[in-house]
Amino acid sequence: MTLSTRHLLGIKDLTPQDISLLLQTAQQFKEVLQRPIKKVPSLRDITIVNLFFENSTRTRISFELAEKRLSADTINFTASGSSVSKGETLLDTVNNILSMKVDMVVMRHSASGAPHFLAKHIPAAIINAGDGINEHPTQALLDALSMTEKHGSLEGLKVAIIGDIMHSRVAQSNLYLLGKMGAEVTVCGPPTLIPKHLAEAFNVRVEYNLRKALEWCDVANVLRIQLERQNQVLFSTLREYNLSYGINRRLLDSLGKDITIMHPGPINRGVELDSDVADSGQSIILQQVENGVAVRMAALYLLSNRQQA
Amino acid sequence: MKIILDHQQIELVIKRLAHQVLENHSDSNDTVLIGIQPRGIFLSDRLHQELCRYSATPPPYGKLDITFYRDDIRKQIHVPNHTDIPFSIEGKKVVLVDDVLYTGRTIRAALDALMDFGRPAKAELLVLIDRRYSRQLPIQPDYTGKTIDSIVSQQVKVNWNEGQHEVVLVDQ
Repeated sequence: MTLSTRHLLGIKDLTPQDISLLLQTAQQFKEVLQRPIKKVPSLRDITIVNLFFENSTRTRISFELAEKRLSADTINFTASGSSVSKGETLLDTVNNILSMKVDMVVMRHSASGAPHFLAKHIPAAIINAGDGINEHPTQALLDALSMTEKHGSLEGLKVAIIGDIMHSRVAQSNLYLLGKMGAEVTVCGPPTLIPKHLAEAFNVRVEYNLRKALEWCDVANVLRIQLERQNQVLFSTLREYNLSYGINRRLLDSLGKDITIMHPGPINRGVELDSDVADSGQSIILQQVENGVAVRMAALYLLSNRQQA
Repeated sequence: MKIILDHQQIELVIKRLAHQVLENHSDSNDTVLIGIQPRGIFLSDRLHQELCRYSATPPPYGKLDITFYRDDIRKQIHVPNHTDIPFSIEGKKVVLVDDVLYTGRTIRAALDALMDFGRPAKAELLVLIDRRYSRQLPIQPDYTGKTIDSIVSQQVKVNWNEGQHEVVLVDQ
């Protein structure tokens, strides 16, 4: 059994079988990460370039660690301080790197569709580490793994995605994944941050009242307010956002049930999540980070098929 | 198709192998049993049952998957199985268990995988079927259920159907 795709550009292109295979494989890699020697020789012959045209800490470190745990050779590229600032095109940059015999490309770019463009023009396998406001597939996969561990199955699980839905590639990848795996989804946030077509496009509920969304759900995946992607004022102040859509201990305690809190990071403490929620036992935010390495190992391993390359 | 071992013979062989392991490991505090995923697990499960029956202190039992250590990964990506070794193998005598020993490549991978869990005092190999003269690596079993002669075009199949285990030699 193998993946139906050569690249991991988005959850949109995956079948439910692909998603299950990735999650099952990630679970085996989680066991590897518990061993005295947390490393396997599977990708010893593979060279991977991490192309980060946009800032990242968690995702870049997570991918790098995953590559090293698989014994791959890695090269890191960040846009600042490279020839990109001299005006080199994306395709030229990548082709120059590939001529140094690189097998796989992990790429983050601020332009939606940048990895899809590359996939059409280069022979290497590409993993999307976040493209603009389109998708962030490995984040959705690690969210799925974390939810599966906590709740057993995604089938019928009630997930609320809360916050800046419009600018969030994490939300989009999660919506594709949860839909394919049979979870029930409600999106919640200020009307200005939820695209109008969303309810029909993804067959999800839209709820503008935070308390109602939390009362309904088993899991709340709280998104970061993406200040850097907002070029217009979509809510008045961060303080007002916190009052209407911030999750605090008092609100959680008043629900009368224990819901699971997730966040893709980095957290704006005091905006979408208060510290007494983010650091509580209900939060699985750090487990998400741990699962990130295992999920990325699974993606790299399953896409490293040399015969097709 | 030729039957090499029928159900009753397999049960007898497993009992003998269990006794041989106990004979060589009188102090079972130092011994651990590790089955190789996926096909070795049927045998190691049965063997561990027998060891529990004959010994008051049966060895700890774990399962090892060798997918990430395979030498044919450049040709094909295999889907991994679960590894579960909930104890330390440091300084222990490890008995590796698999159903059929053929080229020896699985055992080579298993030895590499094993070393990532610690440094055992000793590693031994127990197999149900040893396909003689077909090794591609210098690996030999310490405990053998049955040794057979076969040619490359033949396949040894071990069926673990409930109450009807059998080992058959199939011409392809």
